[in-house]
Amino acid sequence: MAAPAVKQDVLSARLDALSLPDGAAWAREARDGALSRLTAMGLPGKRDEYWKYTDPTTLNQPEVTRAALFKTDESMPFSDIDRLKIVFVDGVFDAEASDDLSMEGVEVERLSDALGRDIHWARDVYGVLEARGQTPVERPLAALNTAYATDGVAIRATGKATKPISLIYLHRSETSDAILHHVVKVEEGAEVTVLENGPAAARFSKVMEVEVADSGAFHHVRAQGRDHERRAATHMFARLGRESVYKSFSLTVNGVLTRNEQVVEFTGESGVAHVAGAALGDGDKNAFHQDDTVFVTHDAPDCESRQVFKKVLRNGAVGVFQGKILVKPDAQRTDGYQLSQSLLLDDDSIFQAKPELEIYADDVQCSHGSTTGAIDEEALFYLRSRGVPEGPATDLLVLAFLAEAIEEIEGDALRDDILTRLQGWLDRHSG
Amino acid sequence: MLEIKNLNVSLEEEDKAILKGVNLTVEAGKVHAIMGPNGSGKSTLSYVLSGRGGYVVTEGEALLNGENLLDMDPEERAAAGVFLAFQYPVEIPGVGNMTFLRTAVNAQRKARGEEEISATDFLKEIRARAKDLKIDADMLKRPVNVGFSGGEKKRNEILQMAMLEPKMCILDETDSGLDVDAMKLVAEGVNALRSPDRGFLVITHYQRLLNHIKPDVVHIMSDGRIIKTGGPDLALEVEENGYADIVAEVA
Repeated sequence: MAAPAVKQDVLSARLDALSLPDGAAWAREARDGALSRLTAMGLPGKRDEYWKYTDPTTLNQPEVTRAALFKTDESMPFSDIDRLKIVFVDGVFDAEASDDLSMEGVEVERLSDALGRDIHWARDVYGVLEARGQTPVERPLAALNTAYATDGVAIRATGKATKPISLIYLHRSETSDAILHHVVKVEEGAEVTVLENGPAAARFSKVMEVEVADSGAFHHVRAQGRDHERRAATHMFARLGRESVYKSFSLTVNGVLTRNEQVVEFTGESGVAHVAGAALGDGDKNAFHQDDTVFVTHDAPDCESRQVFKKVLRNGAVGVFQGKILVKPDAQRTDGYQLSQSLLLDDDSIFQAKPELEIYADDVQCSHGSTTGAIDEEALFYLRSRGVPEGPATDLLVLAFLAEAIEEIEGDALRDDILTRLQGWLDRHSG
Repeated sequence: MLEIKNLNVSLEEEDKAILKGVNLTVEAGKVHAIMGPNGSGKSTLSYVLSGRGGYVVTEGEALLNGENLLDMDPEERAAAGVFLAFQYPVEIPGVGNMTFLRTAVNAQRKARGEEEISATDFLKEIRARAKDLKIDADMLKRPVNVGFSGGEKKRNEILQMAMLEPKMCILDETDSGLDVDAMKLVAEGVNALRSPDRGFLVITHYQRLLNHIKPDVVHIMSDGRIIKTGGPDLALEVEENGYADIVAEVA
């Protein structure tokens, strides 16, 4: 079915500004396939069910809304972590700023190299997981990304990676429009951690497709901040094999518009997937709009999924959570958990939550909860009565509120890094 | 130490007077007890002194060593030396008891222009103090008051008091919800803190706590006023005859 005429107009305006990159025959096929998916869907509109709370206009427009560069003397996230650094500046790989890509247990290539080869493992991943993730909910921005992505990395873990792979996205041009696409394959029993940080561009589209084979493990920690004016639409598509592990945590601080989608599918029994996020939004100087849209499909028995999302909002900030657990008939003994909570620090901020469960198996354990609340005045007074001033007391309660999401970060060093950063940002705010 | 002069307080939400001219002076080194029937304004007095919201002071003042407490934020009062042991200590999920106490100790030190306590010194001191109150390491690590029994919560209040070393300690119904053994333990903790430069205001409904924390002065509060002041015997009289006789006698 073709998209309505008005959507076609928006789409053709956008596509006129882009051109399909070159590659091997299979890669061109993948891009063509994505383009026809996109043409059939059209770009997202406010009437689409999953775009009710987030306005896609600036993500659709052919021209980029200018985003001022954010200047800070803070060190970057993960600075103290021993890692393999891969740097992109406004969406373009920077070989000089990046580390040598060779590493034990992992093959890392630039996406264009992978897509240029006639025979490459990426063929089974690039655009494949994204295409699967288009049903039952359409994700046109991801299809657009597959068709037009200009850069990215292909990561194949064959053993236990000795250190995390750190993708660093620098923003240098006020009008950059970056489209990055990464493909990750974790082979049987292999293990890798991918870190992401940085604003990337004025407008950033990113897709990461992650295939985890049986008994493989993929860990992901991302820090999106603190650029006020950036806009980002990101997608993660994961397909998980038997007894595999997938853990993803995202911290979002500031940003005029951030839409993070996660689409996770269990295809083998006894898999584990944890998807978590902490957002800290201040709508004061610029708007803050942060949207987590998550879809977990249980298509195999005995799998465990957890979604833990916490948002702290003030000064008219807007937080959105749309999370779904779909349990197919054969996915018996599914253990599904979903939590979305917001802490509103004033009356101007808004949290929109749409938790969904759709269950077709009869022996499952699924729970979901969503709450919105203010700072606990009793707790605040208790802290102040012990001498802790209002600002730090509020920060303490904010950190306590976020704790359950932060606990989801795998590894003490990474968890401490995120926590320290968070504390620093809170100190600056109240200082 | 603490001088309360003609204190009149109403509720913020509704125009209802709770305290109607309280006069009270607690000298350094002394323990004053306030007893009274339910609804007499005892707990309100403790909240107003510690700076809880929801009340309006319509008249009068409360001075701590000459400084007007009522002008200060709750944290400033704490730094000045006021400590309220809550009747219902608040549970704070996600904030570790130890982190909370260290943050509080250092915030007060900072406010007074003193140096922060080192992590090792803090640990040494809190371990010693906790041991006296039979508070184990696990309770120190757990989130503030979460999952604590009634007795554990009250002991935790006394631990905070011991660590913060306030000048003026206000205990609001510290005996409520405690069995005899727990009450003894809490009273021992309080007695250990008695010193010539520290004042105590012990608010209680029953006399039994005063068997363990011996007061120098006993006040009876009714309908927002202190209606009678006497020695420790006054508490025994209440125990014997109830409040009705005293209230009737004054009226």
